[in-house]
Amino acid sequence: IMNESTELSLTIAQIVQRLKGSHLHSQIERQAKECLHQPEIKLGSLKEDVRNFLKTSGGGCWQPPCHPAAPPEHLKEPLAYMRKAQASWEKRVLKSLNSMSTELGVPLARMRPAVEQKELTNKWNEMGTDEPDLSRFRPVYAPKDFLEVTIPFLRNPNHDSSEEVNVRSHWGLIQVPLNVRDIPKLRQAFSELNLNTGQLGIEDHAHIHPDLFENEYVQIGKKVVEEQDSAAAQQYSRQGCPTGLRADLWALILNSTNQPQDVMYYEQLKAGVIHHDLLVDNLIYKDVKLTASNDDYYFVFEDYLYQVLLCFSRDTAVLEHFKYNSATPPKSYIEGKMGVEECAVVYPPNVAPLCYLYNEPSKLYSVFREMYIRYFFRLHSISSSPSGIVSLCLQFERLLQTHLPQLFYHLRQIEAQPLRIAFKWMVRAFSGYLSTDQLLLLWDRILGYDSLETVAVLAAAVFAFRAENLMEVTSLASAEAVLADLSTLKVMPLIQIFLFATAI
Amino acid sequence: MAGKVKWVTDIEKSVLINNFEKRDWVQVSENEDWNFYWMSIQTIRNVFSVDTGYRLSDDQMVNHFPNHYELTRKDLMIKNIKRYRKDLEKEGNPLAEKDENGKYIYLEFRKNPSSTWIMKPCGKAQGKGIFLINKLSQIKKCNCFIQQNINNAHLVIIPCLLEERSLIYVFMYKLGFCRFCTVKYTPSTSELDNMFVHLTNVAIQKHGDDYNHVHGGKWTVSNLRLYLESTRGKEVTNRLFDQIHWIVVQSLKAVAPVMNNDKHCFECYGYDIIIDDKLKPWLIEVNASPSLTSSTANDRILKYNLINDTLNIVTPNGDMPDCRWNRSPPREAMGNYQVLYDEEQAQTENADRDLRSRSGQSLGSKGSRGSAGGRPTTATWK
Repeated sequence: IMNESTELSLTIAQIVQRLKGSHLHSQIERQAKECLHQPEIKLGSLKEDVRNFLKTSGGGCWQPPCHPAAPPEHLKEPLAYMRKAQASWEKRVLKSLNSMSTELGVPLARMRPAVEQKELTNKWNEMGTDEPDLSRFRPVYAPKDFLEVTIPFLRNPNHDSSEEVNVRSHWGLIQVPLNVRDIPKLRQAFSELNLNTGQLGIEDHAHIHPDLFENEYVQIGKKVVEEQDSAAAQQYSRQGCPTGLRADLWALILNSTNQPQDVMYYEQLKAGVIHHDLLVDNLIYKDVKLTASNDDYYFVFEDYLYQVLLCFSRDTAVLEHFKYNSATPPKSYIEGKMGVEECAVVYPPNVAPLCYLYNEPSKLYSVFREMYIRYFFRLHSISSSPSGIVSLCLQFERLLQTHLPQLFYHLRQIEAQPLRIAFKWMVRAFSGYLSTDQLLLLWDRILGYDSLETVAVLAAAVFAFRAENLMEVTSLASAEAVLADLSTLKVMPLIQIFLFATAI
Repeated sequence: MAGKVKWVTDIEKSVLINNFEKRDWVQVSENEDWNFYWMSIQTIRNVFSVDTGYRLSDDQMVNHFPNHYELTRKDLMIKNIKRYRKDLEKEGNPLAEKDENGKYIYLEFRKNPSSTWIMKPCGKAQGKGIFLINKLSQIKKCNCFIQQNINNAHLVIIPCLLEERSLIYVFMYKLGFCRFCTVKYTPSTSELDNMFVHLTNVAIQKHGDDYNHVHGGKWTVSNLRLYLESTRGKEVTNRLFDQIHWIVVQSLKAVAPVMNNDKHCFECYGYDIIIDDKLKPWLIEVNASPSLTSSTANDRILKYNLINDTLNIVTPNGDMPDCRWNRSPPREAMGNYQVLYDEEQAQTENADRDLRSRSGQSLGSKGSRGSAGGRPTTATWK
C-alpha cells in the first residue's frame, strides 16, 4: 500500500508538470476560480466531492505513461547508466560537503541564536555589506569538474563505440547513443525562427520594416497579456518578447501569478533563512561574491541574489520536483527538528538575469523557481532528457561535426575539444557570457519552445561565427581567447543563420 | 590636404594618444605650431587669459570653450539658469509657468530632491572637497535603485558662427555609465562621515575597501535602460530619457547668450544627472573635462570610443581642423553620437511646421525622438 501511494503521488506530480504551461491549465485555473464563488461549493468537503464526482462520472481511468510494473525510479530516468552516473555525481558532492563540514567543524545545518536572527532580519536587504571570512570554504565544484566527472560515467554498456571506427564515428567527448535532433529536424521544430518570420532581436528583416513589425508585434503582445492566456504567451515568446512585456509574459508562461499566497510562501521561506543557518549558505555567499558581484551586468543585484538563493535552498517544493527527475539531491536535516524540514543542496543556478525583470523579491523568487524546476535543473543533473546537459553536449558536438567538420577536426588535433570551451556556456544557459538583452532574447526561445536545445544550437553557431579565426589557432588557450568575449554577439541572427542558412 | 595635423596635449592619457596616433597625426610641443590641442581646463584658462592675448587661427582647434565655466561651475550654472528662466517668463513662454504656490513647474530648483545630496564646492572637480549634507534616515525606504545615479551622459557641443548669429549643435553620446555607491546606505547617522556612502567619483571611491576592479561600481546606461523598460515599461523609460535630453538642451540654451562663440572650440561635457524614486531626472552638475582615466576594461573601451567618435565629428576624416567646416556630419561618421539638437534644423522646422501640418505629413517616428530640443513646448515634464 505504501508503494502504491508513492507511485500515485508520482503520477500526479507528472500530470501536474505536464499540464503546467498548457492552455488546459489556464482554463482549469480560471474555471476553478469562478467555481469558488458558487454557493454550492464548500472548501471543507471539496476533496471528497471531487472524488465522488470522478467516481460517478467514470473519470479517473488515466493510464500511467509507462509499464504498470515499472519501478518508480523509471519515472525519474529510464536509462540505468544515466541513473548510475547521476547517483555517483551526487555522492561525490555530498561527500565533499560532509568532509567540509567535519574539517571546518561547521554543521550542515543549525538553529541560529536569537541575537543572530535579529541581526539577519535587520540587514536582510543589504546582505552584500557583510564580509565574512569565507576563505575556508571552497566551492564544491565548478562546471569543469562536472564535465570531467561526468564523461567517464557516460558509457552505455550495450554500446561499444570502438566497433564503429568509420566516417560516421563521433569525434566528440560524449559517447552515448542518445537521439538528438539534427538540423532538418530542428528546422521543423523551430519553424518560427525561419528567415522569413519576423523576430525580435533581428534588426534587418528582409521583407518588413523593423519598426512596422515591432509596433504591430507589441500590440499583439499586449493583447496576450490582457487575455492571460498562458499557451498564447508561450507561442508568442517564440518570436521574442518585447522588453516592456517580458516580465508579464514569462510569468504567464510559467503560471507564476504572485498571488497573496505566493507572497506568504516567500515570507515563510525567508523566516526559514532567518531561523536556520546552513553550511550551503556560505557556499551560496561565496558563489555570489565570486561571480555576480564581479559582473558588469549583475553586480547591482547582489542583495537580491542572496535573498532569492537562500530562500531557494530552503524550499521543500523544489524537493518535490526531484521525485520525477533523475536527481536526488542531498538533504540536510536541521537538528532538533526531527528531520521534518529538509533542505536541498543544489547547484546555485542562474537567477541574476531575472533581476532585470522583477524588482519584487517574491515575484522574482516564484519565477526563478519555476524556471529552475522546468529548465535549469536539467543543466545540473545527468539524464537522457533532450533538454538535459548530456543531450545538449551531444547535440552541440554532432552539429559541429556534421556542419563544420574541418573546424572540429582542427580543434581536436590541437587538443582543444570544442565541448571543453562550450560546456560552461551551456551549463549556465549563457548567463554571464552574453549581454543581458541578448541573453533574455535567448531565454524567450527556451520558454517559447519549452526546450533548452537553442542553447546547444547557439553554442555551435558561435563556433561557426568565429570559425575563420579558430582555424588559425594552435592551442586550447588561444582558442579560448578567440571565444572569450561573447558580449558583442547578436544571438538571434546567429541562431537563425546557423539553423536556416547552413547547407544540408 | 595641407600636411599632417600637429597635436598637443597636456593630459597624458592613452585613450587620447592612441586616437591621435591612429589618425597618423604628429605630436608637437605646446610652443610649436599646433593644430589640435586637447588641454586641461587649467591650461585653457592661461591660453585665453587677457595677458596672453592668444588668438587662434582657422586651422587650430581646442577642446574647451574659454568660458565653459558658465555651465560647469555650479554657482554660475544656477545663475544662468535663473536668468534664462526670467527671460522666458518675460516672453510669456509656457516653460516658465508656475503652479498655484508660485513655484516653477518645469524649471524648479531643489536643494535635495530625494533627501540627501552630495555637495561639491565651486571650482573643484573629481571628488575633491566633497561633503555630504542632510540626514540619511529616509533612504532606507527606497529600494536599491534610487540610490544610484546616472553619470557621464557625455555629449559634445559644437557651436559655430553663421551670419553673426550663433547656432548650437548638440550631440548626445548614447553610451555612458551609471555610477553606484559601493558601500550601501545604512540608516544610522554615524555613517554620515563615511565618505564612500554617496559619491559618484572614482577618485574618491577607489580608496574604499569595497572598490571592485572589474566593474568599478559602474553600470552601463544600456543596462539601466533594459532594467527600467523591463520593470517599469517602455513609456515610462522613454519619458525619463526624453526628460534627460530636455535637461541637457535647456541647460545649454540657458548659457548660450553668455558663451563666447568661439568657432575654434568644442566641448565634451559630462552631465551628472540623478534619478529620483519617481523616475524624475535632476541635473546635478556639468563637467567640462570628464575623467579620461580608465578604471576598468569596459571603461577604457568606452572612453577610447568616445574620443574616437568625438574626433570624427570635430575633425572629419582626421583632416586639418577648419573652423568653417560643414557642420552636419554624415550618419555613418557619428559613431555612438546622435544629434540631440541642431539649431539650424530647429529653425527650419519651425518655419516648415505650418506647411507640414497642412499637408498632413507626420514626422518620422525615429527621427523626431532624436531632436528632443525641437519640441520644448511639448516636452512632458511633470
